[in-house]
Amino acid sequence: MKLKFLTILVLLVIMSSCGDKAKQEVAKEPQKQEVAKTKELEKIDPMKDKGVGPIKSITLGEIDNALAEKGKGIFKAKCTACHKINKRFVGPALKGVTKKQTPEWIMNMILNPEVMVVENAKARELLMEFSAPMANQNLTEDEARAVLEYFRTKN
Amino acid sequence: MKTIFKSIFLFAIGATFLVSCGPDTSKKSNKGAISGNAAEKVYIAPGEHDSHYAFLSGGFSGQLAVYGLPSGRLFRVIPVFSQDPEKGYGYNEETKPMLMTSHGFIPWGDSHHPDISQTNGTVDGRWVFINENNTPRIARISLETFETEEIIEIPNSAGNHSSSFVTENSEYVVAGTRFAVPFPQRDMPINELKGNFSGALSFLKIDQETGHMNIAFQIKMPGFNYDLSHPGRGKSHGWFFFSTYNTEEANSLLEVNASQNDKDFIAAINWKKIEEYVANGGGKKVPAKYAHNTWDDNAHTATSVMEKEVLVVEPKDVPGAIYFLPTAKSPHGCDVDPTGEYIIGNGKLAAAMTVHSFTKMQKAIADKAFDGDAYGIPIIKFEAVNYGVLNQPGLGPLHTEFDTRGNAYTTFFISSEVVKWNVKDLKVIDRHPVYYSVGHLMIPGGNSRTPDDKYLVAMNKITKDRYLPTGPEVCQSAQLFDISGEKLELLLDFPTIGEPHYAAGIAADKIAPKSKKIYRLEDNTHPYAVKHEGETKVVRKGNEVHIYMSMIRSHFSPDNIEGVRVGDKVFFHVTNLEQDYDVPHGISMIGANTSEMLIMPGRTSTIIWEPKQVGVWPFYCTDFCSALHQEMQGYIRVSAKGAKTPLTYTLDGDIPGTDEE
Repeated sequence: MKLKFLTILVLLVIMSSCGDKAKQEVAKEPQKQEVAKTKELEKIDPMKDKGVGPIKSITLGEIDNALAEKGKGIFKAKCTACHKINKRFVGPALKGVTKKQTPEWIMNMILNPEVMVVENAKARELLMEFSAPMANQNLTEDEARAVLEYFRTKN
Repeated sequence: MKTIFKSIFLFAIGATFLVSCGPDTSKKSNKGAISGNAAEKVYIAPGEHDSHYAFLSGGFSGQLAVYGLPSGRLFRVIPVFSQDPEKGYGYNEETKPMLMTSHGFIPWGDSHHPDISQTNGTVDGRWVFINENNTPRIARISLETFETEEIIEIPNSAGNHSSSFVTENSEYVVAGTRFAVPFPQRDMPINELKGNFSGALSFLKIDQETGHMNIAFQIKMPGFNYDLSHPGRGKSHGWFFFSTYNTEEANSLLEVNASQNDKDFIAAINWKKIEEYVANGGGKKVPAKYAHNTWDDNAHTATSVMEKEVLVVEPKDVPGAIYFLPTAKSPHGCDVDPTGEYIIGNGKLAAAMTVHSFTKMQKAIADKAFDGDAYGIPIIKFEAVNYGVLNQPGLGPLHTEFDTRGNAYTTFFISSEVVKWNVKDLKVIDRHPVYYSVGHLMIPGGNSRTPDDKYLVAMNKITKDRYLPTGPEVCQSAQLFDISGEKLELLLDFPTIGEPHYAAGIAADKIAPKSKKIYRLEDNTHPYAVKHEGETKVVRKGNEVHIYMSMIRSHFSPDNIEGVRVGDKVFFHVTNLEQDYDVPHGISMIGANTSEMLIMPGRTSTIIWEPKQVGVWPFYCTDFCSALHQEMQGYIRVSAKGAKTPLTYTLDGDIPGTDEE
């Protein structure tokens, strides 16, 4: 009887010797998590909407023709693959854009398009309409400012 | 009943010894002593970066593979000596000249020993050099663009193996011949090798601004096999050391006939002395034919020039510049410790490691402690140069690298292990098995005065059962060790491409911050570049049709072309107008007898298409570039030979550039 008891005891030891580890390996119940929803964006009056990006405030004076001419060259080199002035192309026609959006919004759209389409209601609306995302052509702030000046001559 | 229980009891007792929670310990024998936190030491969390780059030779793939350490993740395979259809390397018109040689265009190479440029004896992350063994060449790769910028062929050489190691200020990169050959090549009986063949050791000067290489001089050495080499550093800066085998000068069954001598040599070359000799008009310009291919990063185009002569130096003309150090036996690796004092011959057929002393060598030279000469080159007496011998550390030593604490790490091919030993004390400290048959090993900065000695990568020649089998051919294998402690700690196995011969490693912060992101359109000087869509056009010149095409998310301009005829040679000169990081576009043309092109932002590349059948044939972007990638396509109408279809090209119905406003 004693032997029987001892045998069972040894068997139990063998059977349970890996038990603690097995217990540890039991995966924790996955936590229920709320799936993040796409952020709802607030629509703002376009002529008050400065967009999201490095440009916080621009003061416009008289049109600077030299600057606009410089902007025309930059626009031709970096933008015309997708934008025309008078014609909808890959992106919207840009005639009169400075009458529709603030200068800050326009420059932020040029300089920070990846963030704009996610965080700005108007930019996202344009992405939905045109499907092609605005490409970041790595313009400097000065270059974007010159392009803005060129747009001011195209109203 | 009692007996039954008795037997169960006995069985149970036995079983406790046998079972003991198997997985934890039972496999320990073939995994090495992996300690509990090895996984933690190599784990790089998603989005985090590795601490080191490792450039592993792609061996017979001809390329150079870039890994992260400690994760062992493969980042990129840089095409160097072999065509790479994925990137268009060696297929597009711009890169084809990179693979030109004196034997014509060669689509493949056998890459061997990467080495990173140095400043003051420390790896500086400007360039990585790598040699091609089969058709002797040295390549230079930019560590800003991770692209091959220059390849120079080495004349009078064969089996370019004791290459491409750099001196401590990147003054030179060397190329030594493994196979003795007639110098210059000529038609002669093979069995007259002895005394008639030579071994060229080439010193390539590196321009410190551009990195451009040129062969400053070739030393015409006796016809031994020059196997590996390393530069002197610190006190021995100005010297270079090459191991030799087949000093028997056998021309057949070398495995027997080149293993007769108990000692071969390490050749010690005072390159500063030879440099001075050459600067004073020494050496002789002899005719030679070798290709020199350079890449222009503004024109995005390579140029191949066939060079016509090389400056040759005969050892006898520069007395006091070259010596032989007797070294056991058919030494493979020839390694110099960080202080520059110890020169180590890894005598692959010997039971001992030979450690020579630079200080003793200088004294022996001053004392003329010579033991005769070989072809006029003095042989220093073994005892006069030898610091000591490490007896029986393992079987088949091949290569040694160093830490900053006076220790050496040597690979043993036959006994499949890495052995850590103290150079000064000549005592073994630790040994660790590797799986299997290790060749090279690498400690970041290993060929420098300042090894970055946390990790060691062992590169194994045989993989066998280490990974899931993939048929008869299995991947090559590397193993990562932590060497920061007293004991070697095996952390990770990771697969590699080709058969890696050596590697070079460097801290990531020496390279990552200056890694190029885009090519500026303003700087693009490619003759067929378009700077904006308005410049895109199609021009016919006889039967050549040149398409000046642009690409941007997500269209080509022009994308409708008519007037191409069977028999035409159509050039796609394609510029990626994007100026944003990580927005390459690809282009492929149905029926083109070449690869796709993968074009980085701001870059121009060219492929040729020779249409053979009439029809309307599409082309498309091969690299998923935006949500409208599937729409990025175009058509070319091909008419019969002699047809009168007018040449037109349009985008959205207009000639590009006519409607910019």
